[in-house]
Amino acid sequence: MSYRTQAALWVAQRASAAVLAVFVVVHLFTIIYAVRGGLTGAEILERTRGSVGWFAFYSLFVLAVTIHVPIGLRSVCLEWLRWRGPSRDFVLILFAAILAWTGMQAVLSIYI
Amino acid sequence: MKVRVKRGAAYEQFEVPRHPSQTVLDVVIYIQRVLDPSLAYRYACRVGMCGSCAMMVNDVPRWTCRTHVDRVAKDDSLTIGPLRNLPVIRDLVVDMREFFDKWARAKGDFRGRQTKEDDFAPVPPSSEPRQLADAGIECIGCGVCYAACDVVKWNPDYLGPAALNRAWTLVNDVRDAGRLERLRAVSGDAGCHACHSHVSCTERCPKKLSPTGSIAGLKRAVAKAVVQGDL
Repeated sequence: MSYRTQAALWVAQRASAAVLAVFVVVHLFTIIYAVRGGLTGAEILERTRGSVGWFAFYSLFVLAVTIHVPIGLRSVCLEWLRWRGPSRDFVLILFAAILAWTGMQAVLSIYI
Repeated sequence: MKVRVKRGAAYEQFEVPRHPSQTVLDVVIYIQRVLDPSLAYRYACRVGMCGSCAMMVNDVPRWTCRTHVDRVAKDDSLTIGPLRNLPVIRDLVVDMREFFDKWARAKGDFRGRQTKEDDFAPVPPSSEPRQLADAGIECIGCGVCYAACDVVKWNPDYLGPAALNRAWTLVNDVRDAGRLERLRAVSGDAGCHACHSHVSCTERCPKKLSPTGSIAGLKRAVAKAVVQGDL
């Protein structure tokens, strides 16, 4: 992998971390609001179904996670397992695809 | 005082008399001169200028010549070993080649663009680049930061705090012509981006430099170059 790609991955991870810092806080407050307010599952779905705002928020959340987690795991694989090279990157791209797929499945299930 | 000295895979114990203002280097010299002449270790200046006497003292990398026994002895005992993260040649002597090779890999050499026909390049001491370069310029290459760094331990290809600190001083040298080449050399999995900012290098640097700050500066410079498409 070229130094430019490696540097770009670092920039992408830091940028996605900045996005996640905001999104995780909003997500946690949403959970606390929903639980303390005593909302039922049906009432939550009533608010999220067809809501473009929630759909966009959680889609971006999934995108940030899909970028951030596999890049972080690259370092974990290298430092803990001494695993590097194309095999590691292939598995992590696959892992990113699984994160994106399952994440978007969850987002769609509260939107549609 | 009981002194355990790492020799190969095992520790050997010695009994060394305590003296006022005794340094750890005094202890090692006493062992070699009085108790066991076969003990291998390095030192030169004895006054914190050359950086050759760095060792692990109670598992912390230190200049032994500038470390008083009173400050570090626990229960009247000391443990001394060779610097971490470097191959041991014998007893307390490590092979520093990889450490200095990494300075070269980080393009730690000055690349001038002027000739002897040109006049001196004026660099105001108060200018920001000069002050940033000054902040890291006093490194004497003792290897203490390298031994303190966990990332070097986990990722042996990592250039390490000293080489990256050197690169940062040159990135801020307005006379230097190798900026982009250097930023490329310090990018990626073996470069500044591997640093986790544990700050162990800064904590242990006997010169009170901040390699962590230098590495953060390199990260910003590389990120800027990537975003601007220069790299």
